Amino acid sequence: MSALEPTKLDRPRIARDRSAADAKAAKSVTAKLRRAEFGDRLRSLMLAAPLLVLLALSFGIPIVLLLSRAVYDPTIADALPQTSQALRGWNGTGLPDDAAFLALAADLRDNQAKGTAYELAKSLNARLPGARSQVLKTVRQLEGAADKPPLEVMKGVPFWSAPGTWPAIESGTHSVTSFYLLSALDLRWNADGSIGKVPPEQAIFLQVFLRTFFVAAAVTLATLILGFPLAYLIASVPKGLAAILIVAVLLPFWTSILVRTAAWTVLLQKFGLVNDLLLWLDVADDRLDLMYSRIGLIIAMTHIQLPFTLLPIYSVMRTIPPSQMKAAYSLGAKPFTAFRRVYLPQVFPGVMAGSMLTFILCLGYYITPALIGGASDQLISNFIANYVNVELNWEMAAALSFILLVFTLALFGIFARILGLDRLKLV
Amino acid sequence: MLLSPYPTTGERIRITLLWLWCGLVILFLLVPILIPVPLSFNSGAFFIFPLEGISTRWYAVVLGTQRWQSAIGNSLIVAFGTTLIATTLGTLTAIALADEKFPGRRIVMPLLLSPLIVPVVITAVGSYLFYARVGLASTYAGIILAHTALASPFVVVTVGASLTGFDRNLMRAAAISGAKPVTSFFRVMLPLILPGVLSGAAFAFVTSFDEVVVVQFLASANQRTMPLEMFIGLREKLSPAITAAATLMMALSIVLLVVANLLARRSQRRPVAAA
Repeated sequence: MSALEPTKLDRPRIARDRSAADAKAAKSVTAKLRRAEFGDRLRSLMLAAPLLVLLALSFGIPIVLLLSRAVYDPTIADALPQTSQALRGWNGTGLPDDAAFLALAADLRDNQAKGTAYELAKSLNARLPGARSQVLKTVRQLEGAADKPPLEVMKGVPFWSAPGTWPAIESGTHSVTSFYLLSALDLRWNADGSIGKVPPEQAIFLQVFLRTFFVAAAVTLATLILGFPLAYLIASVPKGLAAILIVAVLLPFWTSILVRTAAWTVLLQKFGLVNDLLLWLDVADDRLDLMYSRIGLIIAMTHIQLPFTLLPIYSVMRTIPPSQMKAAYSLGAKPFTAFRRVYLPQVFPGVMAGSMLTFILCLGYYITPALIGGASDQLISNFIANYVNVELNWEMAAALSFILLVFTLALFGIFARILGLDRLKLV
Repeated sequence: MLLSPYPTTGERIRITLLWLWCGLVILFLLVPILIPVPLSFNSGAFFIFPLEGISTRWYAVVLGTQRWQSAIGNSLIVAFGTTLIATTLGTLTAIALADEKFPGRRIVMPLLLSPLIVPVVITAVGSYLFYARVGLASTYAGIILAHTALASPFVVVTVGASLTGFDRNLMRAAAISGAKPVTSFFRVMLPLILPGVLSGAAFAFVTSFDEVVVVQFLASANQRTMPLEMFIGLREKLSPAITAAATLMMALSIVLLVVANLLARRSQRRPVAAA
């Protein structure tokens, strides 16, 4: 480009010739340039557009749709239109007036006629434990005694006059709901409008979240204890040896999680290699049940996550010149002091990156707990899958997904903020 | 480098302990992935050492029975479809993003990488919910589409890395010489970034071939892929056929990823604009 710029010799001539017309021409050149740049920008947008559109359709919309199910559930409002209408004016305390009871009776009959009574019973049951059998019982009674006034039937079933029943129905008639998100944290709306804990016998999810965090923390710690010294060794040995050692880290890294989980199911069997080793070492007196146990799960996850923790640490250690430690020694520092005050502060970003990456990835584990964990070792992802596959409760699956995603994205936000997204690159 | 020229006894002990510990860690890393290999050649039906004898009967099961054959076929269909779409669109996107003038680069990049960050169960359940509504559940197209979202970030990143070593003046030179943009892409740019593109393609293939969670939610009974067949087998009854399938899958992904990494390294080492 420099050859095209005016030389010193040209300058006087240019100054002399510059006239209003030239200024106008220059302006139009700028405009042309701007237009050309706009065209460039448009073209690069067009190049990126196919993938961006495809990702929006195949990934973006599904996630948004799923998350919306956590706060939008029109099933009860749709199934109980007359009850919803009748409850509009209710103040939420005590029992509603008889009109509400009659409306509910009429709605229940309509649902029975349409064949949707069972579905209604199920979705009411999700909010009001025990409602399933009561709805079906009431529907049968309403049908069986056609001559009996509906109000009498409704009042005859104590469930419909029990405290808590009508507030739950009322909250169900609102399509936009915080019920599932609160439930995912073992919380609920109290009758007086405050948020409180659900009764202990209904509380399940906090425990699952805590378990997920505990397993993630244990695995992170284990990978650090195993990985940090190995990263240090690989970073300090000569290049040729380091290349061989790094292959030992990359081979498992390149093997799929499923294959490694399969390998661990073989190893952790009662008559598997791990038990053989423990007996041979005289650590255990008898063969242990490692399959379907917490410790088996943590061992397998540690194996899978070790490269994720180790590689970011190694990539930082590689950049620290060994002369620094020697300088510290020659200035009289003891080995531990030199390590703590010279080496550790410099590798700290790598340690943070590796352990945060492992912790975040552990929060989303699904395959390994499903195959190696026992019933009490299932993590939050397994509950999400279970709500979809077994319970067919999309709202609860969506609410748990919502909370898991919030945790994951928040931790990634912190990661990107303090370490930068570039640290995500492995090797 | 570890030992100083005149090591003290304490230093010798520390270094020996370090080597011992690291040796154990390397055993912990390698033994589990190597253990299925000898077991898959076991002639007996149990997972106990010593082996009863050497045979390839479990490979005959995996490569010879209809159930596994159709699983391998499905895996190949899905993985090739994903690779084709993810590599094509990912390469175009990487070229667009390599331009500093691309509007909103700082927003687009994290969005592109988000399929790697979101826990895969959430992606799988969301896809199942949406694809069932638009008739894509239980179709190859649906699985390929979902896998493309998971695989394309790898293509964008590897091709993007190989583009940092690409001299854009070459494209200007081609344009001045009268080449249309498409011609200069195929004759000038593509040959130079090809290692990066192939490396991205290999990453995409492995990502799709190894994926099991999305498939579990989206595939119908006759679309089961090899990993899904393995997952189901592991849940039902542990059969040595699974160790054979695991060995095959491991061999495939390791070979492809070694190639991918060599290609990626080669494309990045290319001298920037030979002066």
